[in-house]
Amino acid sequence: MTTGANAIAGPRVRSLAASTAGAALRGLALGVFAFAILGPLANLVLWSVAERWYTPFKLPVVYGFRYWEAVFRPTGDAMASLGTSIEIALLTVVFAFALSIPAGYALGRLRLPGRVLLLILFMLPQAFPSVAIYMNVARIFYTFGWTGTVAGVVAVHTVHGLVYSVWIAAAAFAAIDRDLELAARNLGASAWRTFLTVTLPLATPGLMASAVFIFLESLDEFTGTFFVGVPQVSTLPLLLYNASMGGNYQIASITALILLVPSILFMLVIERFLNPQVLSRIGR
Amino acid sequence: MDRERPSLAGFLLVAPALAMVGALFLYPLGYSLSAAFTGPDGRPTLAHFGKAFELYSGDILFTIFIVVVSTAATAAVAIAIAGILVLGRPGRAVALLGWLYRFPLFIPFIVAGQCMRTFLAKNGLMNNSLVALGLIDPGQGASLLDWRGIVITFVWKQVPFVTLLLAGAMAALDRATIDAARNLGAGRVRTLFDVVLPQVMPNLTVALTLSFVTMLSVLSVPMMVAGSQPTMLTVDMAFRINAYGDYATANALGVLSYAMTAAAAFLYLRHGLRTGVLR
Repeated sequence: MTTGANAIAGPRVRSLAASTAGAALRGLALGVFAFAILGPLANLVLWSVAERWYTPFKLPVVYGFRYWEAVFRPTGDAMASLGTSIEIALLTVVFAFALSIPAGYALGRLRLPGRVLLLILFMLPQAFPSVAIYMNVARIFYTFGWTGTVAGVVAVHTVHGLVYSVWIAAAAFAAIDRDLELAARNLGASAWRTFLTVTLPLATPGLMASAVFIFLESLDEFTGTFFVGVPQVSTLPLLLYNASMGGNYQIASITALILLVPSILFMLVIERFLNPQVLSRIGR
Repeated sequence: MDRERPSLAGFLLVAPALAMVGALFLYPLGYSLSAAFTGPDGRPTLAHFGKAFELYSGDILFTIFIVVVSTAATAAVAIAIAGILVLGRPGRAVALLGWLYRFPLFIPFIVAGQCMRTFLAKNGLMNNSLVALGLIDPGQGASLLDWRGIVITFVWKQVPFVTLLLAGAMAALDRATIDAARNLGAGRVRTLFDVVLPQVMPNLTVALTLSFVTMLSVLSVPMMVAGSQPTMLTVDMAFRINAYGDYATANALGVLSYAMTAAAAFLYLRHGLRTGVLR
């Protein structure tokens, strides 16, 4: 709107004043926006280094890394939760890959009647309100004694992540130039050998991207673990939740910061893995 | 190795993944539907819905209110940011905005909940900053940890996602239509609403539908950001089960949340069919 005023302002002086005011207004708006985006994160960082913070003080009274030491103590709950979280996330990636490499290959390359319906079916677990599903999964698991086990949590995380792994694997296999495979076959390689030495390596960048997706989704997953994993399986999100509800904002904030590291790293590197050729085929 | 092969092999390859979805999604889904509509005597009944409405009609309306307001606010902010990114004068301010808005994109809901739980509290960083700037008097700042906190957290978390899809679609448009409108004297705001936005409506509806369903499913944010009453249906379901083991009422509430998702999907499909996008 200020730019509109600039355009019609006739005299040069007025235009200069208007554009200065416009710049100030833009700067102010940007400042407010930056505060809205970064303020909540700043509060998180402050709490993580606040040894004592109470009203009426606007900033922590005593700063220090006491709680960081408590979190990173090798015998502490947090390290155990971090270990469990990483174990579950890695197992989820392996399990999801075992299911989605064959499924992705079939959906990306073979002729399947009802292919679109199959793709939609893999998306459904993400499209339904998950709480209503997980509480029933927990009830079913309970009858088999699978609640509170790492395997149970991995199974739940895998189904949740299948939409990424299957869709991205299908796109990655579909994007491969078939002439390369035909060349290998012409040179006498068996179908299986061609798949292992030509097709799979060519699909690797896309598969890596889906591995990162599944790993992060599993690492950050709260609802499914909340229903299926309790009380024995404690992941970082559950530790964060329990610390926060118990009023221990320092432990909660430090746990939250640990969870933020992979998310932000991922945001920085995602574009390297997913090239436009694969991206444009996802969900096709 | 190619599409001419019979499809039996293909189905065998897809079967294990399908079995997982069947066992851990379709089966529990059927289970929840049957638990919601079956009485203790095994006969079909609507009694669980009667109880759900009796106990939680306030929370049902509250949930609809929260997701509708959050979706509308997310749309407004995302349109504003994407509009500035695509139509604004290129410069440092626009570049900075483009860098800033993505921050919450991959931040988990539970982390967003923890951020807001401290930031929006009566003595959180937001009120403290406003006091330090002299905008409000000390002690005057109110806690926003109620419905406003949930809406703010949802908008904060979902705006980057919707903006990313929207700005991407806008950037891919034919610049000629934009330049033509600008040359004919249309202002930036008018160009945004009359020329650009109508062309990217399908992308906006997809993004908003997805974020509507996401907000309906989140358990951590309402638990961490708002008090116990009123609250969202996700929290009520968890409470029904953890406190009473009452699967019947919890599943009735679950079916109501499916219905809300279905309503969103229906609006999306109707819009898609009317504009001829889905064909």
